[in-house]
Amino acid sequence: MNLYDIIFYLFAAITIVSAFIVVNAKNIVYAAFSLLFTFFGVSGLYVLLGADFIAIVQVMVYIGGILVLLLFGVMLTHKITSVDIKAGSVQTIPAVIIIGIFAALLIGLMYSTHWAVNPAEIPVTTTKSLGKTLVTEYVLIFELLGILLLVAMIGAATIARRDGDK
Amino acid sequence: METIGLNHFLVVSAILFSLGIYSVVTRKNAIMVLMGIELILNSANINFVAFSKYGNYGLGGQVTALFVIILAAAEAAIALAIVLNLYKTFTHINIDEIDELNS
Repeated sequence: MNLYDIIFYLFAAITIVSAFIVVNAKNIVYAAFSLLFTFFGVSGLYVLLGADFIAIVQVMVYIGGILVLLLFGVMLTHKITSVDIKAGSVQTIPAVIIIGIFAALLIGLMYSTHWAVNPAEIPVTTTKSLGKTLVTEYVLIFELLGILLLVAMIGAATIARRDGDK
Repeated sequence: METIGLNHFLVVSAILFSLGIYSVVTRKNAIMVLMGIELILNSANINFVAFSKYGNYGLGGQVTALFVIILAAAEAAIALAIVLNLYKTFTHINIDEIDELNS
């Protein structure tokens, strides 16, 4: 068991334990904060997979953007005065049974499949080659995603102030 | 104990995916459902990056993971706008009680 394995198990444990807390927490704010650790653990897994740029983007976009957005959502949709930032669950027992079977099937399938593993030499820094790939091979998707982000921004602003017909 | 390979990452991603589905199915609060969707997207991303490394497909998997992150950001913004509208209309966001189209 070398250092790589120990770090992998550390990040995997952080990811899975905090995801369990997200799923089971009664308080939404606690769930949001443990989602932070899930994203952090996933970003550590990206680093172990040699994807340094994706890991940084994960930290910046998920933790810096999406999590703050979710917390805004929590704060804006609950009255601060009434201490009611709780979230219940419905029909947990059937869900646990079905999803347990599903997860067991998924993991069993992954172990029984013979993957054609052929590990590549990923360069030490992927940023330069990622940028090159993005503007040559994937340039159409890149531009389309730019348009999509613009449309999403305008759409979100329009939906959020629907009653503003002045 | 075997060395860390593709299967280890796939198992982590499978567990994350199942937890995300669980959160989507059982939670009452719309924002908790959104968090479940983020977990699912993250698990898909782990798979993309893991296959990109162990399958020797170049950087295609990493670029796809980047696109998924962008889509997740757009999805979160739109979904929270919808949640705010729901709160304005119903004064709560418990999606098991929101069962009418015209209120």
